[in-house]
Amino acid sequence: MNVRRLIGFNLLTGIVLGVGGFYLGWYGGHWLINGLDIKSLDYFGDTDQNDVSLFLAYLLGVIGFLVGLGFANYPLARLRGYPSSLREKETTGISRYFGLSTDHKVVGMQYFVGIGLFFFVGGLNAMLIRFELLRPEPNVIPAGNYLTLVTEHGTMMMGMMTSGILGPFANYLLPLMIGARRMAFPRIEALTFWLLMAAGVILISAVFYGGVPTGWTGYEPLNVQGNMGMDAYIMFFALVGISMCLLGLNMLATVITMRAPGMTWTRLPIFVWGVISTAVLMLLAAPVLIAALTMAAMDRTVQTSFFVTAQGGSSYLFEDLFWFFGHPEVYILALPGFGIVLELMAVFARKPVWGYRLAVAGMLGVSLLSFTVWQHHLFVSGINSDLRPFYMLSTELISIPTGFIFVCAMGTVWRGRIQFTVPMLFCLAWVFNFLFGGLTGIFVSDAPSDVTTHGSFFVMAHFHYTIMGGLIFTFFAAIYYWLPKMTGYMMNERLGKVHFWTMFISFNSTFGPLFALGFMGMARRVVTYPTNLQPLNDWVSASAFVLGISMLVFLYNLVYSQLFAKVPAGANPWGSRSLEFQLPSPVPVHDFDRIPVIVGDPYGYGEEGAVVARPAFAGAGGQP
Amino acid sequence: MRRLGDGRRIALIWLVTTTVAMVLVAVFLAPHLPPGNGSKEASGQRFDNEVLTLTSIPLITLIFVYFGYVLFAFRDRGDGAGDGPPIRGHIRVQTAWVVGTTLTVLFLAAFGTYELLGGAGGGQGSSPVFVPAAEAATPGGPPVPPLQVQVIAQQWQFTFRYPSEGGFESAQFVLPVNRQVELHVTSLDVIHSFWVPALGVKADANPGVDNVAYVTPTRIENVRFECAELCGLFHGYMFDTGRIVSQSAFAAWVKSQRAFVAPVTKYLPKYSTSYLPQPAFRAG
Repeated sequence: MNVRRLIGFNLLTGIVLGVGGFYLGWYGGHWLINGLDIKSLDYFGDTDQNDVSLFLAYLLGVIGFLVGLGFANYPLARLRGYPSSLREKETTGISRYFGLSTDHKVVGMQYFVGIGLFFFVGGLNAMLIRFELLRPEPNVIPAGNYLTLVTEHGTMMMGMMTSGILGPFANYLLPLMIGARRMAFPRIEALTFWLLMAAGVILISAVFYGGVPTGWTGYEPLNVQGNMGMDAYIMFFALVGISMCLLGLNMLATVITMRAPGMTWTRLPIFVWGVISTAVLMLLAAPVLIAALTMAAMDRTVQTSFFVTAQGGSSYLFEDLFWFFGHPEVYILALPGFGIVLELMAVFARKPVWGYRLAVAGMLGVSLLSFTVWQHHLFVSGINSDLRPFYMLSTELISIPTGFIFVCAMGTVWRGRIQFTVPMLFCLAWVFNFLFGGLTGIFVSDAPSDVTTHGSFFVMAHFHYTIMGGLIFTFFAAIYYWLPKMTGYMMNERLGKVHFWTMFISFNSTFGPLFALGFMGMARRVVTYPTNLQPLNDWVSASAFVLGISMLVFLYNLVYSQLFAKVPAGANPWGSRSLEFQLPSPVPVHDFDRIPVIVGDPYGYGEEGAVVARPAFAGAGGQP
Repeated sequence: MRRLGDGRRIALIWLVTTTVAMVLVAVFLAPHLPPGNGSKEASGQRFDNEVLTLTSIPLITLIFVYFGYVLFAFRDRGDGAGDGPPIRGHIRVQTAWVVGTTLTVLFLAAFGTYELLGGAGGGQGSSPVFVPAAEAATPGGPPVPPLQVQVIAQQWQFTFRYPSEGGFESAQFVLPVNRQVELHVTSLDVIHSFWVPALGVKADANPGVDNVAYVTPTRIENVRFECAELCGLFHGYMFDTGRIVSQSAFAAWVKSQRAFVAPVTKYLPKYSTSYLPQPAFRAG
């Protein structure tokens, strides 16, 4: 092939400049400390732990990576007086996936593959954790490596999967759903993706710097005590925070300013409301995380003491800041799923969404309330214990708007024509999983009960039921439902059902017993446990391996159906009335030739003469 | 016989299922819920768990029965009947659901608060407003101040200091039965959490903070205690077994242990509710 085609602003250049920047920062940092002989940084001079160097290396590495991808070109061109343009959008062919692209459909596919890769890395960590827990005493993985595995798994999942649904599906579909040609800020859209990829690599690099001992919460003062791997954790989460913040901003700006004529707020697909409520959380919660991690980074490098109790700081401050972000964070993970469940149930029950306004109120209610509850993570921490009744009340109040989603799902399937397709099965599994996730949440939120459940396997099972059962199941529902739209080829139905049933059964068989283990006194993140808990732990590990295998079934299905079987999907494989399904599959670069005028909502199933948009697309307003 | 409507059938099945499930859970599961009856606080927490479990049963059965029925009765029979009826909402059902869930949630929050203030939660905190009333050391006797025990956490070990017994420090965790104990939990380095599952005690150990938890053990037994907050490399090994003994055995243990550690006791720092370590950086 022509080697010269590889030269230019693309992923390869990004990696080269990224690695160059990394080493520039690394040796620059050493020169700064050893060469300039700064008194306050003297500590680093004679150790092989040089946090200043590593932070500089990561920082310059990320900047080099982004410059290599071409993010500096446009601002520089504008500075030199060239007119604004979106030339990056024009490219076609496979190479556009390996570089900066401002086409929201390309970014969506990039997100799908990129997030998927890191999701599998996080999943492999979980397999290793369960392998270690086969025996009550450490057998293969030493204590320090075990903690690194736990941290890598937790941080990867909590950080990367925040964009698990918004990244691939909202970027690709949201403009189509509201009748727009692009996102409001296409370059920022691309930036969010590439920042996330850089962050993922940085987090994995922690294993080369002594690992991370803190778990995904990164509590102080253990954070200050940790190895240089801690810097990777801080850099990862800060980059994810920036990416999240920009993603939320972009989504909100798009929905507010770029809806097609006639697309009133009550005609928005319910999935878009899920995205809106998530984006609000991303925009408001992520800055707190970035601030907290900046302080943590300063504690580790320039010897401030925001969080070091011995020098006048407070470890409570970090806990407060972290959970002020951390609780909205778990709703960032759960809320897109709410939207997907209602959206898909309407299609597969062939009925309008039941109680549309109630569902919207539910999502926005969860969104708002989630900022008032963070101290329920600190019930036993000793921080202002007299406020516990308030946080107990505010936490339990969240189950009211969450209940709205349940009743809307129940109303939507009532008297429908329910089709048990693979996406529908995943949505029904959400009902099952989130019911148990939500109800065990009542135990965790109740202060007397929390004395037992806090920091135990019970709470671990609880959030896996809500996040894996709530996010990952709807993530797969979305893949089976929307991937044919994005690639033009159907997923295999039979393999999909095999995937669903192995995953659903092994998921419950993995995380169900963990409730019991927590109740029996097994703490989280321990490498040893009482010997009488071994049978149950072995059962859980075996189930977890089956869960891992179910992911391989999915992977096989993905490769087989998209690269080999290639069954064309057609424009509207599910008979949906939503706007994106009135376009061809895959959606061409110029999606809307003419911006449609919206005259109805996309849920007119069974209604005589219901029309979604004019000009009527092929299939719009009737059966496909 | 007239055919019952779908809604009434669901209600009927739900009523029967819920009754059966409630009875089964109340008889077979509820008595075994953690943290058991090892202390007054644990009993309170177990009762709390019972109420929460029993309250969630009707909701679980409602969702199961509803979806089970609906998914079977309204499945697509492949008869080409077209779309379902365009029902977009039902204001009375929606209102009833909102009112019903709100009342349930408010009841649970009120109940949890009542239990918390009644002592089921200990009274953790550096300066708790809600402290349990002083109890008698012997049944029918006059109330005495609670026994003070300091729990000092460090990487990766708990030690215990008995300030009212001469201020000696021991690696053994021994408490007298039926005596109210005031645990003062603090840390020398990072955040730990002192968890005794059988006693219903969990309190974070923060450096420089005195976290108070109350417990009145009611059973003579050996109890496992462990660290419940990730505290670094050997977090998984930070567990041990403590003993709840009779009051006379406790007095005897104090006497022997005090003499045993006497050579060390004189070098201990003065008793304080928290020990700020010297400025220190990395452990390695």
